[in-house]
Amino acid sequence: MENKQNASFQGTSNYVATRELQTAVNAAVALQRPLLIKGEPGTGKTLLAFEVAKALNKQLFTWHVKSTTTAQQGLYEYDAVSRLRDSQLGDDRVHHVENYIKKGKIWEAFETDEQSVLLIDEIDKADIEFPNDLLQELDRMEFYCYELKRTIKAKHRPIIIITSNNEKELPDAFLRRCFFHFIRFPDKETMQQIVDVHYPKLEETLLTNALKTFFGIREVKNIKKKPSTSELIDWLRLLLVGKVSAEDLEDLNKMNEIPPYLGALLKNESDYDLFKALREKGVK
Amino acid sequence: MLLIHQMLTNFFYHLRENNLKVNLREHLTLLEALNKEVVVYNTEDFYFLSRAIYVKHEQNLDLFDRLFSQFFDGVEEVRVEDFLKIDDSWLIKKFLSELSEEEKEAIKAAGGLDELLERLRKTIEEQKERHEGGTKWVGTGGTSPFGNGGYNPAGIRIGGKGGGKNAAKIWDKREFKNYDDNLELNTRNTQMALRLLRILTREGVEDELNLEETIDRTCNNAGFLDIKMQASKQNRVKILLLLDVGGSMDDFVEECSMLFSSAKHQFKNLEFYYFHNCVYENMWKDNNRRYEDKISTWDVLNKYNKDYKVIFVGDASMSPWELSEPRGSVEHFNAEAGTVWLERFRDKFPNLIWLNPINDGYWQYTHTIQEIRKWSDNRMFPLTISGLEKAMKCLKNSKLKFNS
Repeated sequence: MENKQNASFQGTSNYVATRELQTAVNAAVALQRPLLIKGEPGTGKTLLAFEVAKALNKQLFTWHVKSTTTAQQGLYEYDAVSRLRDSQLGDDRVHHVENYIKKGKIWEAFETDEQSVLLIDEIDKADIEFPNDLLQELDRMEFYCYELKRTIKAKHRPIIIITSNNEKELPDAFLRRCFFHFIRFPDKETMQQIVDVHYPKLEETLLTNALKTFFGIREVKNIKKKPSTSELIDWLRLLLVGKVSAEDLEDLNKMNEIPPYLGALLKNESDYDLFKALREKGVK
Repeated sequence: MLLIHQMLTNFFYHLRENNLKVNLREHLTLLEALNKEVVVYNTEDFYFLSRAIYVKHEQNLDLFDRLFSQFFDGVEEVRVEDFLKIDDSWLIKKFLSELSEEEKEAIKAAGGLDELLERLRKTIEEQKERHEGGTKWVGTGGTSPFGNGGYNPAGIRIGGKGGGKNAAKIWDKREFKNYDDNLELNTRNTQMALRLLRILTREGVEDELNLEETIDRTCNNAGFLDIKMQASKQNRVKILLLLDVGGSMDDFVEECSMLFSSAKHQFKNLEFYYFHNCVYENMWKDNNRRYEDKISTWDVLNKYNKDYKVIFVGDASMSPWELSEPRGSVEHFNAEAGTVWLERFRDKFPNLIWLNPINDGYWQYTHTIQEIRKWSDNRMFPLTISGLEKAMKCLKNSKLKFNS
């Protein structure tokens, strides 16, 4: 560990991190363990890795996991077919097996001369065995490359941030090796801070009215997909572009009309209809 | 430090005893983090840190909050006798970090911390019984420097909640209450068991090298490479899941929904229908609309071919004539007996099993369970992990039976 002051994460000018999130990140960095982040969609899970990298001034590697991703792809892939083809064409490259090894994100992150940040995004999308295949790699920060017959070891253990949307349960053995943090939906004060960060010049009354509408929608029962932070930010942008004023919002609210650009907040048709019906009946 | 370690060990066992499955590795991680001074003398940060290490699922966050509050509220009630044994240096460090500048001044005015501790010791020795109020003795309230809830800025808190300090404890807010649904949602091992039923077939995009074919074709091509690709193998097993709902099945709702959600994730080709007690001429897909949106069982029988593996889920417990007699159903007029319908399923689908949530030890006491077991040719399995594993193997090889 270098200078502790430099290595601590306190959010950035674009990202508001709560004290609990800071503690979790700093603990994971200090102890060099992976940090598992869960939370409602749109609360900034993926963004966290980008901001940690920016705040600590480190290189970022992102590995986006899909349903077909295997653990091996994160390490390396050996392109046997193109080597075979090159051998037929008498290409000189064929004598060195390294030419046909395609490094994965984990290998790249292991190789940097300075400590880097590695984001493994949406780990739950992959096969149920996927996390188990990465245990050794994340724990000891090394793996064996059979083609080269050598062990690849991390020069500097990267800061690993893993996000999950809870589509599949993760295995216990994997969880035990991680720090865990659940990003809660921000309370009104934190939300105000977040919006301030994104739109510093937003008129205060507009913001108050918009937040009121936003949290009002979130409180409606039976809404399937509640709007989250990222949707609020988008909606505010639309309000600004459309030059909607604080009074407009206030008036619409009083007249039981639906707020403008509601589609940015409610992305589900039935939610939209439900909210509209509630407004028409005069329920707030 | 020894005392802190002891306290943390107790905390660790406190969590374990109360159903939060923490293990040694996590405990050592916490100690390592404290050693590296990730957090320094700040209870709130300590709470955040220990939560990040011990809790791995948002469902457990509320449990952790409760246990944390229980344990550390208890810890603050240090008994007076224990207090005397505490190492001074630890105390001084701990308390100085908690004091504000004014408070430190006040301590100085009272003769310094050493003096204060000395007085505390003497006072405790002088004191013979529990005491409240007053200006000298150790107890609660009052303006003596020692005790709880007092006004003296140079005070040392003994037991109970502090007057003012630490007032807003985050863990007492229990913000994660909603996430704790008290449900043992262990779909993982169910999914692992369901994985046993894999029938791999090649279909779709050709994205894999077919080695043998490539070698053959390359040889035919005078040694020049001729590559043959093939589709990768994937699990395309087809499942027809028939679930008994209502009545006696209400006791097993949790197991069944767990099985259902796991199966939905595991099998791409999954069809499901509901029935009550026994299959008759109608089934339904939505329990809220079971009387409006009925589906004829004949349609189900005709729609799916015999490649489908059929899984019945039900307790198979009913009155005997629901099974054997026409018009025997408890709810409606059925023209044909339950067994007739069951026979039709058996004739159509060679691979079928019955999963029973009732413990297999009790099967022999219910007549209809025995009847259905006989019908299924001993392919009734208990709805446990091992039963499920056997059942999945049986769906691949119908010679496997279950003998309890």
